[in-house]
Amino acid sequence: MEKLKIDLKYHKFSLLIRLIVCIAAVLTVGALIAVVVYILAKGIPNINPAMFEWKYTSENASVVPALINTLIMVVVTLIIAVPIGIFSAIYLAEYAKRGNKLVKVIRLMAETLSGIPSIVFGLFGYLFFVIACKFDYSLLAGALTLAIMVLPTIMTTTEEALTSIPDSYREGSFGLGAGKLRTVFKVILPSAIPGILAGVILSVGRIVGETAALIFTAGSVAAVPENLLGSGRTLAVHMYVLFNEGLSMEQAYGTAVILLILVLIINLLSNLVARCLVKKNNQ
Amino acid sequence: MTAVTLGKGYFMKNVKENVMKYIFLLAACVSIVAVALICIFLFANGVPTIFEIGPLNFLLGKEWRPLSNTFGIFPMILGSIYVTAGAMIIGIPIGVLTAIFMSRFCPKKIYRFVKPAIELLAGIPSIVYGFFGLVVIVPIIQDLYGGNGKGILAASILLGIMILPTIINVTEASLNAVPESYYEGSLALGATHERSVFCVLVPAAKSGVLSAIILGVGRAIGETMALIMVAGNSPAIPDGILSNVRTLTSNIVMEMGYAAGLHRDALIATAVVLFVFILIIDFAFSIVKSKTTKNH
Repeated sequence: MEKLKIDLKYHKFSLLIRLIVCIAAVLTVGALIAVVVYILAKGIPNINPAMFEWKYTSENASVVPALINTLIMVVVTLIIAVPIGIFSAIYLAEYAKRGNKLVKVIRLMAETLSGIPSIVFGLFGYLFFVIACKFDYSLLAGALTLAIMVLPTIMTTTEEALTSIPDSYREGSFGLGAGKLRTVFKVILPSAIPGILAGVILSVGRIVGETAALIFTAGSVAAVPENLLGSGRTLAVHMYVLFNEGLSMEQAYGTAVILLILVLIINLLSNLVARCLVKKNNQ
Repeated sequence: MTAVTLGKGYFMKNVKENVMKYIFLLAACVSIVAVALICIFLFANGVPTIFEIGPLNFLLGKEWRPLSNTFGIFPMILGSIYVTAGAMIIGIPIGVLTAIFMSRFCPKKIYRFVKPAIELLAGIPSIVYGFFGLVVIVPIIQDLYGGNGKGILAASILLGIMILPTIINVTEASLNAVPESYYEGSLALGATHERSVFCVLVPAAKSGVLSAIILGVGRAIGETMALIMVAGNSPAIPDGILSNVRTLTSNIVMEMGYAAGLHRDALIATAVVLFVFILIIDFAFSIVKSKTTKNH
């Protein structure tokens, strides 16, 4: 007891620091809890079965076409971005020589890309894919825009995964007579899969939540288009449009809940993958 | 005969290796091409417009009236700066202190809960944040100060929350990268844990903290969808912390849908101004980063 008193007297500074640091952490976590709880509380009462009817009408403001479009958007974007991202990472991690000028430029460009706001991507997509390439408002134009947007994420996470693989793997493979290509595809990539997956999941989260880059590229038609050259709104765009029209606010609230739940699932997945990664590294 | 087959196989393998090498190289160049295309298309469409309107009229013009062909984005530039500054005032102290907590004060059990919470905070889409701002922050400000509740204050609070994960993650990483010997040395000199962290570790990680702040600024200035819902969006120079505000980003999204002719071009020029801001921020970031790598 005596000791504690002395501690407090001489360490007011320490106590104060502990206090403000803890307050900051509580505020951060509190902000998250507030966001999640309020959205669920305001949104869940507004979810009704009519929202899940197959076709969108202005009465039911169904989310089903938007959900399907979101799924298509995720798949198409990943089909474009994942191979390019992984191949770039392979070049950077396995092929490029140290101190290569080109590598520096590529890194700088990837960094620049990851800093560009989504609305600038959206305008670029509009000017380039929609107008210059004549794709019109279409899922394809949206997916291409998003592919550029998530490319740096996939690239950097894959590169990190590749460089964290011990050189003994490569040496072992070379020692067994495998060429560079075989080493990369049969030995290095398989061991890097959890890391790559983490990057891909992160990208899925960004694609699902993206609005600004899609409004002027994929458009906002509330139906599933017949092919990739048709316009369609994803879930986030759907929510924005509902808010903007102001006619079906209840459905907009409900859509927020669906979006949030999707993001929760995606985060859960990425945590699972991360846990696999840690386990693997510990082995 | 065997030698020939072997030779042919070897040759084919070599071709395959080389072809794939160039495919990898090509893929790596996609990001260079992408940045180049973005620059070319934005600048080619935006810069002539800026000169058509007149650079001074455009950048310093105080009125934005598309119907009478008056395009001045000064209120929006100010709006973006005010809102970003407000977000920084809220986000930096909370973010940096939370990062210090996570790096040096957090028991493992709590850390397992806080870390995913921050990841989730980063993963929530901005439109959902906007919704939260609209149904929670705006009514609170309305109750406290009257008015319609939308404006710089609401936008700053919301953006402050949104940039937290960026600031926390970068700061935490830089704190963890400080050599343990610094901390141990300070303890050995008789400093308490708290003093060691604040007077030795944090100063040693200051360039990391600075890059966290720069990244946060970049995120705040580029944010669009959340802002539209809480900022009020009137294109006038804001005159107080509660007044409505329109940022560069919201200007583009709100009017691009129906704009045509010079109006549309003026919006693209707005994006050019935004893009230049971002490039300046990137430049600052790479300077800070190159200093960090030199120091280590």
